[in-house]
Amino acid sequence: METLITILAGVLVTVATYFLLSKSVIRVILGTAILSHAAHLMIMTMGGLKGGVVPLLDGEEQGPYVDALPQALILTSIVIGFAVTALSLVLAYRTYQETGTDNLDELRGNKHE
Amino acid sequence: MVSVNLLIMIPFLAAALIPFLHKRISRLHIGWYVLLIPIILFIFLALYIPSIASGATYLFMVNWLPTYGINFSTYLDGLSLIFGLIITGVGALVILYSIYYLNENESLEHFYAYLMLFMGAMLGVIFSDNIMVLYVFWELTSISSFLLIAFWFQRKRSREGAQKALLITVSGGFSMLAGFIMIGSITGSFSFREIIEIIPDFYDHHLFIPAMLLVLLGAFTKSAQFPFHIWLPSAMEAPTPVSAYLHSATMVNAGLYLVARFTPIFGGEVAWFWLVTGIGLVTMFWGSFTAVRQTDLKALLAYSTISQLGMIMSMFGMSSAALNNGYSTDSVVYTQAAFAGLFHLINHATFKSALFMVVGIIDHGVGTRDIRRLGGLATYMPITFTIAMIGSFSMAGLPPFNGFLSKEMFFTSVLNIRELNIYSLETWGTMLPVIAWVASVFTFIYCMIIVFKTFLGKYQEERLERPAHEAPVGMLIAPIILGILVIVIFFFPNVLGNYLIVPAMASIFPTFAAETDLGVTISAWHGFQPELWMTIGVVVFGVLLFISLKYWKGIYALLPESWSFDSLYNAILEKTEINSNKITNYYMTGYLRDYLVYIYIFFIILAGGTLIYTGALDFNIVDDAPIDPIDWVIAITMSVGAIAVIFAKSRLTAILLNGVIGYGVALFFVLLRAPDLALTQSVVETVTTVLFLVAYKFLPEWKKEDSPRRTKSVNLLISILVGTIFVTVALAVQNGKLFESISSYFENSYELAGAKNIVNAILSDFRGFDTMLEVIVLLIAGIGIFTLIKLKARKGEEELENK
Repeated sequence: METLITILAGVLVTVATYFLLSKSVIRVILGTAILSHAAHLMIMTMGGLKGGVVPLLDGEEQGPYVDALPQALILTSIVIGFAVTALSLVLAYRTYQETGTDNLDELRGNKHE
Repeated sequence: MVSVNLLIMIPFLAAALIPFLHKRISRLHIGWYVLLIPIILFIFLALYIPSIASGATYLFMVNWLPTYGINFSTYLDGLSLIFGLIITGVGALVILYSIYYLNENESLEHFYAYLMLFMGAMLGVIFSDNIMVLYVFWELTSISSFLLIAFWFQRKRSREGAQKALLITVSGGFSMLAGFIMIGSITGSFSFREIIEIIPDFYDHHLFIPAMLLVLLGAFTKSAQFPFHIWLPSAMEAPTPVSAYLHSATMVNAGLYLVARFTPIFGGEVAWFWLVTGIGLVTMFWGSFTAVRQTDLKALLAYSTISQLGMIMSMFGMSSAALNNGYSTDSVVYTQAAFAGLFHLINHATFKSALFMVVGIIDHGVGTRDIRRLGGLATYMPITFTIAMIGSFSMAGLPPFNGFLSKEMFFTSVLNIRELNIYSLETWGTMLPVIAWVASVFTFIYCMIIVFKTFLGKYQEERLERPAHEAPVGMLIAPIILGILVIVIFFFPNVLGNYLIVPAMASIFPTFAAETDLGVTISAWHGFQPELWMTIGVVVFGVLLFISLKYWKGIYALLPESWSFDSLYNAILEKTEINSNKITNYYMTGYLRDYLVYIYIFFIILAGGTLIYTGALDFNIVDDAPIDPIDWVIAITMSVGAIAVIFAKSRLTAILLNGVIGYGVALFFVLLRAPDLALTQSVVETVTTVLFLVAYKFLPEWKKEDSPRRTKSVNLLISILVGTIFVTVALAVQNGKLFESISSYFENSYELAGAKNIVNAILSDFRGFDTMLEVIVLLIAGIGIFTLIKLKARKGEEELENK
């Protein structure tokens, strides 16, 4: 199970990297979103996927519970990732509106060519 | 007794007060008040002469950074006393001269503040016992000299000259600092006194030679030695009093002082002997050879200064031969070179300052200092002419002027050194007198140029800006005093020798001084010795060459202008700038992709390299949890979805496929027993998708990547490598579980926090701080989005704000 999810995360990382290297702003944002999915899956996997019950104390089954700490970390990360994605989406929208392009090559600010 | 430390501080204090005084006192020229300071300091130092001459030395200590062994300790001995008297004495005369030289309209408060700053720094250099403190003052002289050279900062050439001087002297100073730190780490002390005591134990230390070379580099750059001499002619853009003071008598002597000071430390080394002597002689020759070519009087004097400094430097170098075998009656004779060097140092300070002042008077009087436009000034400026003649003939080494004595002693030294059988002198030693003699011939020629081309010959009134006339008395006082000194020293050289130079010799050769008296009786006439014949030869050849100057001047044209060290320096500066520009423009392309490629390549090399290098590629999948068929289904769906996004034709497809990945993650959270995560993930994914869809209308068309195929395949290669390394690192990490998780602690959440949901207890209780900051992140993002959408700065508004 761990190996399967690790490889799945690897596929996501590959796709995300490919997107980050592309020219269009929207693809880059999509790349960051996919990258954060991969990161979340990895945090989960690193905590160990050995059997256990839902970390709720009043559940029917009493222990052993699955590791709760990675879940808390991921929860924090999801929210931050969402905030960043939302902000960059709006930023991309504003950039497009102001400059009329979403091509990163055309958005270069280098005057010394 | 007032300590020397206070003496160093007085000029700094004055420099701070001058601007205030200048505002208050407008009736009397501010220079008169400033003049008092060097006079007082000179008298104060002069009072020490008798006790220093009788062998006393004074050490003053003020704690500064005792934990680092850096203390503001000063040492007053023969060597520093000579320099101190030159600095304050010439300083007083230069200030007197500048009172008449500079116009009231100039920013005098700046001038005198810089000058006082320089004087204090210079006194600090020569009196410091601690080499780190010496370095501090050393750089202060560079900075104040920079300020003084660019005194007329409206002129481009002044700024260029100042920049060049600063660049060269500060790079030298910096290497000197490195040398000092090495000395400190070799001996564990920064104090000259202590270093001289213990340095014999460290002659074989591997840092000994590097430290020596670095210190010498500092001395050579400061004293304008070959090939670092180029800054001195450019520094002639400074006002003439500055040239007379800094660039003839004080700052350029700092390097000489350093060499003399370090002779007891490094003097026994063969490299020291050859470097100091060799560079000195080469400088002497090159300076005198180039001086003949100059048409600007100040440039001529600058090259003559370079040449004379080289001569003194070579004498210090030759004297170090005495230290090779330690004290013996035979080696004492070589120390006499240092005696001659110190003697010439004093002489040079007198006649060169006088000559600079003379040039200043001419420049001031007729508005030019171009030799081609001058001539026949002798009848109009008799006093100036007399001083110029005294100074030039002294520099040429003619009697009855002090330069004659020191030139004779110089010849004695180079002839003596030929006899020495160490340092492979038996093969190369004969070269030394030859170079020295040829350089002296050229010295003679340019000295004649100063006198005959400027003051004699045809008077060309139409080529002068103002008709020639004698300078005001006030301007003449200082050069007259110096001119008188030149003659007085010739007739009474032994007063100077016994009272100043002998104690200074004790500082340079502490071991010898204990054994014998290092003084010599300077005599103007010592029979028909070889050195006298050499001088006669110099005069004869010099006169012949001077008369035939216009016939052989063509040899200077053989070496094109573009081959000078100046153009080399400029080319280096220019090329450095162009190339760094090129390099920066080459890799700072401005393309986001390029920077990401750099980052990923570094990641691949570092992470992948480390993996291979440490052999961490060790997998073990036996401990894995079992895989349900449903897991396979979700994983494959997500992978296919992710890969499909790359090939998506429309925005909508891409957004929906992204949703597939997100909900897939949520499903995994369900399967992995994380209800809170599953909930949050599906909500966030929904909102994100909605956001994408809302932005759908405003976002640009989803275009196909139009990058070239090559770029695409590079991107793909990088992505696959990054993914592979990611997977390998993750698998390798999972293999090595080091210790148990701490999460069992959080299972007490009900007892500790009264919560039954462990995840929520962690979020809001155990690690509530994270959550608080995460909320702030959301808040900031919200404000950011709001600002981005609502506030739109129009160009017109921007201009309004700037008004």
